[in-house]
Amino acid sequence: MVIVNVSRRGFLKKAGAVGLGGSLVGLAPDKAIASEVIAASDDSMGVLVDIPNCIGCRECEAACNEANGFEVPTEEELKDKSVFAEHRRPGPHNHTTVNQFPGGGDGVEARPIYVKANCFHCNKPACVSACIVGAFRKLESGPVVYDAWKCMGCRYCMVACPFGIPTYEYDNPLTPQVRKCTLCSNEGNPNKGGVPACVKTCPKECLTYGKRNDLLARAHEKIRSEPDAYATHVYGEHEVGGTSWLYLAPKGASFEELGFLKLGTAPPPLRTERIQHGIFKYFIPPLAWYGLLGAVMWVARPNADAAMGKAES
Amino acid sequence: MAECSGRPTTWKAWLAGKWYMDQAPGDYWRAVFTSPFNIITGIIICVGLVLTVVRFTQGLEATTNLTNDYPWGLWIGFDVLCGVALAAGGFVIGSAVHLFGMHRYHSLVRPAILTGFLGYFFVVVGLCFDLGRPWRLPYPMGAGYVVTGSNSFGVTSVMFLVGWHVAVYLTVQFLEFCPAVFEWLDRKTLRKWAIRITIGATVFGVILSTLHQSALGALFLLAEGKVHPLWYSPFIPVFFFISAVVGGLSMVIFESMLSHRVFHSQVAHHDPAEADRLVIGLGKAASVLLFTYFCLKWIGVADGQHWDLLNTPYGYWFLVEMFGFVLLPCLLYALGVRRQSASLVRFTSVLTVLGIVLNRLNVSIITFQWNLEDRYFPRWTEFAITVFVVTLGLWTFRFMVNRMPVLYDHPDYPPEH
Repeated sequence: MVIVNVSRRGFLKKAGAVGLGGSLVGLAPDKAIASEVIAASDDSMGVLVDIPNCIGCRECEAACNEANGFEVPTEEELKDKSVFAEHRRPGPHNHTTVNQFPGGGDGVEARPIYVKANCFHCNKPACVSACIVGAFRKLESGPVVYDAWKCMGCRYCMVACPFGIPTYEYDNPLTPQVRKCTLCSNEGNPNKGGVPACVKTCPKECLTYGKRNDLLARAHEKIRSEPDAYATHVYGEHEVGGTSWLYLAPKGASFEELGFLKLGTAPPPLRTERIQHGIFKYFIPPLAWYGLLGAVMWVARPNADAAMGKAES
Repeated sequence: MAECSGRPTTWKAWLAGKWYMDQAPGDYWRAVFTSPFNIITGIIICVGLVLTVVRFTQGLEATTNLTNDYPWGLWIGFDVLCGVALAAGGFVIGSAVHLFGMHRYHSLVRPAILTGFLGYFFVVVGLCFDLGRPWRLPYPMGAGYVVTGSNSFGVTSVMFLVGWHVAVYLTVQFLEFCPAVFEWLDRKTLRKWAIRITIGATVFGVILSTLHQSALGALFLLAEGKVHPLWYSPFIPVFFFISAVVGGLSMVIFESMLSHRVFHSQVAHHDPAEADRLVIGLGKAASVLLFTYFCLKWIGVADGQHWDLLNTPYGYWFLVEMFGFVLLPCLLYALGVRRQSASLVRFTSVLTVLGIVLNRLNVSIITFQWNLEDRYFPRWTEFAITVFVVTLGLWTFRFMVNRMPVLYDHPDYPPEH
């Protein structure tokens, strides 16, 4: 944790200095893009979700709510299967939800499939790239976290997130925040810096917390050793440039049937950042553009002699 | 400075001349309170003020239908996106006259710049309703660094570019409009300086406009899975830029039509035939641009290989936009130019403005999250606040046009060239 904090502070100072010293439009050179550096980290932690193991007990929801100080569902409420009647998305006061999908096969095989939804903690997060005040950060240790004290509430992060994860406290008139799973690294979280609450509580060992690289190896090992149990795709390995949360689906079920979006492997921010940094490269394009237009204006100025004559008279 | 005849010496004389426009205060206020337009808009503004209080005491949930799936609604889709696109007239006419030497259009510069300035100003006002914490609006400009002590420059964000540009461009347009303010206040020396700045500011304004008009489109590049594929394209920044230029031109035409009706005493000296010629000239430019835009939009569809999607409900809607609100105005403008019919061009400008509004709403609201079953529809309070903000803009515009030399050249000051 110490290493993470030091480097984070160093980055902030550097980026702040670049921004302040920068000119009017204030765009810093490529080096200040923290997320690119961090995405390469080998120490990035993540969670592997073994979907076939999930029994839909929603203990993870309860643990998450407790860790984040939200209203915790009672044991009775957790047993109530009617919540699965409609698809629930994570909200500002519940950062994870478990949804039920029809399973494949007949008879006993037709057991429903349960899928936990929460922030994927992308390697190259769109919310981080989209934030106008840099309120989102991707930590070297994996989590994508949010600094409420900077946020002005434009909600571009919510528009940008390919998974539609961030939520907003619309009911809060004066201090609304964007809320989402922080991988239990938010201030005041009793699990801060350790194993996330949902992983800790899962009774079926459906969730595994560890280094992302190790989890990937483990996922592929599972697919190799139990080819009849798992689909061959690890969701999150390559989607949008890779995510800290990785998912194994049961054999025969496609991720799309389980509510996962079909997404490309390119991180969405690459396109916008390439345009933006190209346009402001060393400030040459704007200055050249200014010079060119100035020249056009000079050539097109109204009859110069007449203007001189007017000034003299 | 003694020769400045119009410069009042006491504040009472100043008020009588500059505010009451040499009417008796009693007559002035009586006229203000009995005009039917003022009564209707006055009611709108009173409702708006009440709703403003509700918005900032009860929150967004009480005043909007926004959800976690639809984080942007009418206030972004209309007030910001349409507001900025339709306020492009200032930069379009400014660059035509000052950069490309089309001095015929000189009489349109000031109204266009005033519309641009007020347009952007009220875009920011509208934005303040939508932002969760609008008082942090200056954070990306450096205030965040001062207040929080940590970096608050989101340099990777297209929104950061838009924010800076709107702030700087608002200042630039204010500077561009300053000569009119100083003529009104009879400040000869200040006006001379302001005019010197105007020239450089115009060039700067063109650069800023090129970038942020397209950047507003680029905002949606990050939302690839959410904007319908027929509207989503890597070219969306180009689409936004060209359509904004068309929108700006059309607004200038539309507005000159309104101004000639509402402020007829101020344009009495204008030659109606010349006014028609100007309108037809703008219509010609708009027609060519709309045709370019129409073709580019199809290249966008071809690039994404989305021909099959045309045969879906969203596809039909796309065809309605493309043929009814892009190609039709393009042809009507061309017809108006060929027949030298200024009234047809004026009619077409309304259709074009509606088309630009439709496009922005299609991208940001109507086709946004097209995969979801739940649709967003604005709450009545969202419409009311939008109408309120537009009304405030109209009042400000009218106040300034009635007092400052916008639609006519000030008799004491030669034209700026």
